Amino acid sequence: MTPANPMKRRKDRIDALAETSAAGGGTTVLEAGSIDDKPGVSLIASAWQRLRRNPVFLLGASITLVFVVLALISPFIAPHDPAANLLIDQVRPQSNPVPGPQPGFPLGADDAGRDLLSRLLVGSQQTLIVGVFATLFGLAGGLTLGITAGAFGGWVDALVMRIVDVLLSIPSLLLAFSIAAIAARPSQITVIIAVAAVQVPVFARLLRGSMLAQRGSDHVLAARALGVNQRAIVFRHMIPNSLGPVIVQSTLVLAISIIDAAALSFLGLGNPNDRQPEWGQMLGRAQKYIYDNPQLAVYPALCIIVVALGFTLMGESLREALDPKSRR
Amino acid sequence: MTLKRTAPLVLLTAAALSISACAESQRDDSGTGGNGSSDVKDTITFGAAGAPELFDPLYATDGETFRVTRQIHSGLLGIKPGTADVEPELAESWEPSEDGLSWTFKLRQGVTFSDGEPFNAEAVCYNLDRMYNQEGAGQTAAEYWTYFFGSFSDDPEGSLYKSCEAQDESTAVINVTRTTSSFPTILTLDSFSIQSPKALEEGDANNVQAEGEGFTYPEYSKNPVGIGPYKLESYDEANKTVTLVANESYYGEQPKTAKLVFKIIPDESTRRQELQAGSIDGYDLPNPVDWQGLEDAGNKVEVRPAFNILYMGLNPERNPKLQDLKVRQAIAHALNREQMVQSQLPEGATVASQFMPEAVSGYDESLEPYPYDPEKAKSLLKEAGAEGMTLKFAFPTEVSRPYMPDPQKIHAAFVKDLEAAGFTVEQVSKPWNGGYLDDVSANGAYDAWLLGWTGDYNAADNFLGTFFSNLKSNDFHTSVMPWGKTLAEDLKKADAVVDEDERATTYQDINRRIAEEYLPGIPISHSPPALVTSGKVDGLVASPLTAEEFDTVTVGK
Amino acid sequence: MARFIIRRLLQMVGVVFILSLLLFLWLRSLPGGTVSAILGERATPETREALTRALGLDEPIWVQYFKFLQRAAEGNFGASTRVLPGADALDIFLTRLPATIELSFFALALAVAIAIPLGYISAKRANSPVDSGLVILSLVGVAVPVFFLAFFLQYQFAVEHNWLPVSGRQDSLGCTRVTNFFVLDGLLTRELDCTASALKHLVLPSLALATIPFAVIYRITRASVLEVLSEDYVRTAEAKGLTARVVRGRHVMRNALLPVVTTIGLQTGGLLAGAVLTEKVFNWGGIGNALADAFQYRDYSVLQVLILAAAMIYVVINLLVDISYAVIDPRVRTR
Repeated sequence: MTPANPMKRRKDRIDALAETSAAGGGTTVLEAGSIDDKPGVSLIASAWQRLRRNPVFLLGASITLVFVVLALISPFIAPHDPAANLLIDQVRPQSNPVPGPQPGFPLGADDAGRDLLSRLLVGSQQTLIVGVFATLFGLAGGLTLGITAGAFGGWVDALVMRIVDVLLSIPSLLLAFSIAAIAARPSQITVIIAVAAVQVPVFARLLRGSMLAQRGSDHVLAARALGVNQRAIVFRHMIPNSLGPVIVQSTLVLAISIIDAAALSFLGLGNPNDRQPEWGQMLGRAQKYIYDNPQLAVYPALCIIVVALGFTLMGESLREALDPKSRR
Repeated sequence: MTLKRTAPLVLLTAAALSISACAESQRDDSGTGGNGSSDVKDTITFGAAGAPELFDPLYATDGETFRVTRQIHSGLLGIKPGTADVEPELAESWEPSEDGLSWTFKLRQGVTFSDGEPFNAEAVCYNLDRMYNQEGAGQTAAEYWTYFFGSFSDDPEGSLYKSCEAQDESTAVINVTRTTSSFPTILTLDSFSIQSPKALEEGDANNVQAEGEGFTYPEYSKNPVGIGPYKLESYDEANKTVTLVANESYYGEQPKTAKLVFKIIPDESTRRQELQAGSIDGYDLPNPVDWQGLEDAGNKVEVRPAFNILYMGLNPERNPKLQDLKVRQAIAHALNREQMVQSQLPEGATVASQFMPEAVSGYDESLEPYPYDPEKAKSLLKEAGAEGMTLKFAFPTEVSRPYMPDPQKIHAAFVKDLEAAGFTVEQVSKPWNGGYLDDVSANGAYDAWLLGWTGDYNAADNFLGTFFSNLKSNDFHTSVMPWGKTLAEDLKKADAVVDEDERATTYQDINRRIAEEYLPGIPISHSPPALVTSGKVDGLVASPLTAEEFDTVTVGK
Repeated sequence: MARFIIRRLLQMVGVVFILSLLLFLWLRSLPGGTVSAILGERATPETREALTRALGLDEPIWVQYFKFLQRAAEGNFGASTRVLPGADALDIFLTRLPATIELSFFALALAVAIAIPLGYISAKRANSPVDSGLVILSLVGVAVPVFFLAFFLQYQFAVEHNWLPVSGRQDSLGCTRVTNFFVLDGLLTRELDCTASALKHLVLPSLALATIPFAVIYRITRASVLEVLSEDYVRTAEAKGLTARVVRGRHVMRNALLPVVTTIGLQTGGLLAGAVLTEKVFNWGGIGNALADAFQYRDYSVLQVLILAAAMIYVVINLLVDISYAVIDPRVRTR
């Protein structure tokens, strides 16, 4: 608790820098120390001012909006039951493994004779669920660890951060595979947990870095000087002001989760039950049709790319808007 | 802008191309040498799905290893190309004694190992004794010996093998402890190939050690010396290729193509791409959904006769309701196997009526599969008082077998069928290597599951015996059924019958009883695995045992 | 500084030790395992038991771990069971490592070569359509699932057009192996066709692997250049009438590249994880592929070595980055 100690400050600086690594292969580079320059409403308001005029943000936001609306209404607009093997009698592994487009089935069917269009439409729902829940779980885990570490410092911090280091040192996909594989019964939930687990240390480091930066900042020092107790400082000052980068990171993690879920399916560790379609699963399982019937892979892939792009565009422009340095 | 973006890529490619251009001119003269005839290539490149474990087949356990060792080793008995039938190889003829306990093998003469050592009766006995006398970790590593011969010299009671005598240079007599339909057929298996005694000795071939959780193998396993059309030139682990070259000292005809390269490509779709791009000449087990596309692109898909069985196992111990024959029959009627076979398995696949394929002697042709009849299933279930009964039905993930290309899809189809017939299905899955096999065999954790078997050689015992002979512990838990003991004993008796026709009739009778009275599980299907080669490949004969030989193969330019 | 490095090194040892324990317990708590992976359908209770005993898997877990530590202390990390049976797990790591380094190096080089110029251009014309377009383009790369992109590249450039090889690291030319860096080996032994073949094989996987580092490096370059452009010394330099080239080279890029260099360092760790998918699609004989294989076959010895080594690489890179940052940036160097 001696912010004047230069060695300590240097370490904090390094830690703040390490946030870039915490994003591990992701796209996030957060200048965690810089959010607190001008906290409060003015930052958000001015951010919004700039976002409204930013075409990148508008594009990302509209994609996201369309996706969410689609996920909500898709069961009502899908022409068929996505789980019904309507065209199974046409399926012949050699001559006709995947029934093509025909009246009533504009995109044809999949390898089990189910309407592809309906599966894509309804798939948006499960995809959204995977993305949102993986992000929420990752965030919850990260918040718990990060806030504990950032708020108390000292040996608590050291201990938590060593755990985080251990988690981070395992290649992220492998961590996800292992968690997916350890489950006795792989399912949508195990996929979500596996994808979320990868994000826990990322969020934890992010939160901690951001709170560390604040611990030495003027408004926290002022609060402390005024005799505000530790709990109040943590919950009223430090957490709210750390949320900016967390929101940005969450938007990005939504995209990463959807892509990671697809990778798990590709490696055969996805949800084995495909009655409820999900894009990542559809793409992962379409691998063996990729040459003769590429539509099975290409449509879900395009959906994933567009949606992931939407989230990423939104997240990146949010980050830029919240970064005081870019306010010029 | 675009130029800048792609510039480094262009530069990299250009650099590669220009270097290769001058390099090609450098090597041009060496390319056409070798075989003389200019319309065929001097190298076959085959896409293998996995790396060979090692090159001493005694310790090998998987098909990818045997594919390689088969080209560099020979056994006493061979397999007639394109069939599952036995033919002479290093032994020219063989004959049992009256009691069937002593077999005399007349050996081919004038044969040498690839290190120049002579092949004779002594070498044969040296090899068999070497296998029999395995010690320590070697015993566990020699898995095929344990499986087919029972035990080693420290437990002679359990072993099928008794002793071997070299009567003269070209006559070896092998004594066994009991009669079985499996002997001498098991000598066709690659594991029991005859290798050079001198090289085995010098390479300290038996020195297998357990280290950590794996075995380490002696030098010999990397430098095998056998009798085969090819010999090992190199195994480039870093580049995942195995290179074999013609063995000049081979007694038979020299291979038509002097060099045989196995390129290890675990991913099936990558193998297909490599074939399309022309960088490999063929690969094993193309996915049925690719067959048409591959043929349309000018490749040859060789379909092997089906020598396997996919079944749904049932565990009457875990779920006592399954002890009622009516419930088991209800399952058999509930499954729409015909539709599953048509929509998921390749052409040539058939619905199974019994637990072994047609090619095996003892197959009962008069048996018909239970017809798909959901109404009958419902009424049978009602009669048994088991309507709505729960069935914990499992399938493996992370795996594809020749008899089961996509377990998840087969499972999904059957779940629908079972639910339609009034069962409540609890769906379970586990990774193949991640607990599925343990749960099926050791833990008995499922009521019903999907599994199958590919025959090792042509004998009914290799199928039925594998499934039901071991009363104490088999996957089907037949020990809790009143007929379990009878079945196990009858199978052992049938296996010991010496006369072939008599043995076949006995097995037919057993097959009928299994299908009609016992029904320990539901036989599902036989599925023909295939092999694909480019249109330029000639002379590759597909084998039902997946025991292809490459010495007759040519690749056109 | 020295104290700081020593402390970090000690911490690193601690991290690796904890990781080895967690890993050991974790792997063995997974259902299934080596025995069923080796025996397959052929498993009988007897063979299963014999193999379990032979491999020492019947002993209490803490005994197993203790034995593992003992062997590890002697530099023996156990033999592989399925990835390359009988081979020493550490040897497998060492043979496979050059493949991954080679791939990562080329991917990173590609990413840097494209990302830095584009980042500069973006910053120079901030908020122009060109800038927005580039930002979106870089993010498209991130949004595409790596394995899908890999398949696409493979299909387009290797199958449809046959310009580049489909998979693997080299054609089977019988090349001599020296360092297992195939590009380098060919140059060392003067087998130029080997180098050429290796380079050709590198193009597509490098491209697939480069997308994510490209996006990250591009973003940081853009941000960094933007920041430097508004600094007084740049304005001064421009005001002095120095040519654009001099300003760019001496003032802007030199200062803007500091954070970029750090980011590049940090990306190296991330590449390892990304390599699992790319190496799988391109059948690249590297660590990522070995990792996936080892996991599929439950080859514990290999898994342990690979993960521990990857973790160590990651930790070391982190440390180096921190040190270099402290050394380079005078603002951090307070003493």
